[in-house]
Amino acid sequence: MFGARIKRSEDPRLVIGNGRYLDDLGHDALEAAFVRSPHAHARIIEIDVTDALDVDGLVAIYTYEDLDGRMTEPLPLLIPHPTLTHGRTQYALAEAEVNYVGEAIVMVVARNRYIAEDAAQRVTVSYEFLPAVVGIDVARTAEHLVHDDVPGNVAAFMVQETGDADAAIDVAPHSLELDLAIERSASMPMEGKGVLARWDNDDQSLMVHTSTQTSTSVRQAIAAKLSLPVDRVEVVTPDVGGGFGVKIVHPWPEEVLIPWAAMRLGQQVKWTEDRREHFISSAHERGQLHQVRVGYDDDGRLMGLSVKFWHDNGAYTPYGLIVPIITSTQLLGPYKPGVYRVEFTSLYTNTVIVTPYRGAGRPQGCFVMERTLDAIAADLGLDRAVVRERNFIQPEEMPYDQGLIFQDGRPLIYDSGDFPASLDKLKKLVGWDEFEAYRAEAREEGRTVGIGMACYVEGTGVGPYEGGHIRVETDGSVVVSTGLTSQGQGHQTMLAQIVADELGVPFDRIKVTTGDTRRFKYAVGTFASRTAVMSGSAVAMTARKVREKALRIAAQALEASVDDLEIVDGHVRVKGSGAGQIGSIELGAVAVLSNPLRYAFDVSAQAATQFASPADPDQPPVAAGESPGLEATDYYSPMRSTFANGMHAVVVETDPLTADIKILRYCVVHDCGNIINPMIVEGQIHGGVAQGVGGALYERMEYDASGQLLNASYMDFLMPYASEVPTVEIDHLETPSPLNPLGVKGAGEAGVIPGSAAIASAIEDAEGIAIRRMPISPSELFHLRLQSHATGLRNKKDTE
Amino acid sequence: METEALVHVEFTVNGTPHELEIPARRLLSDTLRHDLRLTGTHVGCEHGVCGACTVLLNGDPVRSCLVFAVTIDGVDITTVEGCCTPDGGMGPVQQAFRDCHALQCGFCTPGFITTITAYLEDNVEPTAEEAREAIAGNLCRCTGYQNIVAAVQRAAHLKQGGGAT
Repeated sequence: MFGARIKRSEDPRLVIGNGRYLDDLGHDALEAAFVRSPHAHARIIEIDVTDALDVDGLVAIYTYEDLDGRMTEPLPLLIPHPTLTHGRTQYALAEAEVNYVGEAIVMVVARNRYIAEDAAQRVTVSYEFLPAVVGIDVARTAEHLVHDDVPGNVAAFMVQETGDADAAIDVAPHSLELDLAIERSASMPMEGKGVLARWDNDDQSLMVHTSTQTSTSVRQAIAAKLSLPVDRVEVVTPDVGGGFGVKIVHPWPEEVLIPWAAMRLGQQVKWTEDRREHFISSAHERGQLHQVRVGYDDDGRLMGLSVKFWHDNGAYTPYGLIVPIITSTQLLGPYKPGVYRVEFTSLYTNTVIVTPYRGAGRPQGCFVMERTLDAIAADLGLDRAVVRERNFIQPEEMPYDQGLIFQDGRPLIYDSGDFPASLDKLKKLVGWDEFEAYRAEAREEGRTVGIGMACYVEGTGVGPYEGGHIRVETDGSVVVSTGLTSQGQGHQTMLAQIVADELGVPFDRIKVTTGDTRRFKYAVGTFASRTAVMSGSAVAMTARKVREKALRIAAQALEASVDDLEIVDGHVRVKGSGAGQIGSIELGAVAVLSNPLRYAFDVSAQAATQFASPADPDQPPVAAGESPGLEATDYYSPMRSTFANGMHAVVVETDPLTADIKILRYCVVHDCGNIINPMIVEGQIHGGVAQGVGGALYERMEYDASGQLLNASYMDFLMPYASEVPTVEIDHLETPSPLNPLGVKGAGEAGVIPGSAAIASAIEDAEGIAIRRMPISPSELFHLRLQSHATGLRNKKDTE
Repeated sequence: METEALVHVEFTVNGTPHELEIPARRLLSDTLRHDLRLTGTHVGCEHGVCGACTVLLNGDPVRSCLVFAVTIDGVDITTVEGCCTPDGGMGPVQQAFRDCHALQCGFCTPGFITTITAYLEDNVEPTAEEAREAIAGNLCRCTGYQNIVAAVQRAAHLKQGGGAT
């Protein structure tokens, strides 16, 4: 099964309309709507709810004043870091000040959403306006502050270095400086967030469904905020309509407010985020400005690299410094940078919070490194592929220590990879060496084409751990649970493939559950391309334990030696014998025997009762060290992340008149170690590339100077349709990871990482104009042409 | 404030007739999802751009988040649940989605399935280019569309009685 293109077990349910997403649940629940700040920065003077009170169907209106206990405290700072000296988080409902358009101020609960919104509209909030700080340039001047007690708007300042980079650059034969920028975008899953809470007053327990990437941690957060014993709270993740990072943040204000309201009201309460709410009150990412200084030798080999960048973290920092830490470390890609120094400043602005979006800081880092290498190639008149090749870490240098600390607090050590082989594959796939002939042909037809490439390394499968629980039922079916959640990645299929192989049971007898705290209490979550590595390894290890136990029990039943047994197609048998023959026992029957019974619940269970067979009177029915049931739990906790890598090449055509940018070809070479299901991996790459294309050519968050998000709709935020996304051509390389039992690496985020870098490279190649900021629209390219033309004329005049 | 006035409306959904008393402002998407509990139809943007809520009104694809339910008296509605085989199994477009790995999270999928179901009535054998054009009004954030294009062609093949290829 491992390595096979198995069709997904999730799909039959989803394609017939039988999915269960958050808003498909709780039809009879009360519904909540929120009054959100229309101002980016203001003090709340007064909240007047009088007009809303006579709305028929209104149930309750809550403001900060109504909150109690730990609900009155700011939401948790999830990932503290010593350099995050000025971390700030928001309140579930704004206490006195709002810091972005969209911040929740009032929660209205009513019979349905229509009525809740009617009432919310009748709530009047009066404000004292404060100056809005929008954009990195404004934030770093610090003329106005987002938080009064955060000088310079600086949340954090961090430096990592492997030596004296400036000295290395100063003595290098060549050096360059570049300014590089990436704008804001966002995860934008098709389903927004949503929460449904049911308080059972008789049982004093809370059941919460939430569209999250981490149900176990939401559970802990809710219990803490509502001062409930953790074992009185369960959190279930239903089908989730995409996450891409935004749903790893928790608890969102609504994730604690909805359960809090359900407890107060003694009724089910639900909130389903609408699209505008998602734009203005979820999370964004990507916005960073970078300054690069690089020194290199005559061959284009890096001698020193110094990068300073400014990260716009929005109004609060609940997710800590993960994004800029990833940029600063993963920027290095597959290269040896010489001496490296990186510093970043994380700045507050009066905009939506910034937390990881697929790629999580890597697209920016990749853009910086790859644009730098292209600039070196241009400066020295070298082939861009050659400059890359000369700076690659070689396979024999693995494991390779970059000398930095990664996002998991552990050393940045690449475990495996063969970058020259990947580059070779990419050049062949795209026809790199034949491109000049194609360009000449195109030119004869009056067409302008260009080619670009970009390489990345992605730390995947970060710890601390994930676990698995596997039980063989007495009917021979196998139930598998892992604590992390799924948002469409095909985890149920992928994990079942692993268990099928490890345990020797048919794929369709395996049922996998994810993200349900009733089934598995200990987990971290789904992010950082970690499920195959973490939960995959955990369920493989668990399956091995179950297999050992099955063999022990079967050996006794078959009066055979464990070493002579195998499990094939759900039967334990003496090696070489067929199913159903003597010397074979069904796994379901082994499960029966694993649980010594006093009471038989059916005929097959009679085999495990106390008079069914003679027993050793000197041994207890459950031997020391054993436990009833054919089941096991195990955990996988890696020493450090495993590093996947890949390379993309893009061919673009630019319209000489309109500056329209068309992608003609998009080629990917991808190395995520051993591949569990190529169909699923390729699907992940396709989707990642589409988001990369969106980020490179279309998607940006248009904030005006007063902090209004001008394009907070799908009409104005341009996510690519089928007409904008190219067909992706893929080749794989598989260099197994030595760090985990399956030799796998993560694959979820990869596709998006080099998009802006590769497309910028191709546009630059087509146009002969330096591309230093992304995304780029046709009108921006047109203006670059005008500027370049003017500069060209000026230079011509100067030389005349 | 007074209780909302209710309006009487009758229509059929997937062949089943319904009579409802609903507020005039109630969206068809909400009526299908919450009044009739046909939750296969999903709402992605509430402003007619993403296409996740697409249903067929008398065979034509329409965004149900832009339609007031009271305005479609007498209309035949087909939702994703109505694109199944009579015994409730996967219909050809649904089967093609599974065969081609044309869905990941599955949230946008119902809108694609209804759209493609209508399209294949007009074009029984689309080229890849036509297939891409046919789905170019629906947003998907997971798949990059490549496998959905393949699924359109696969569905056309299955509809014509084709089996495994």
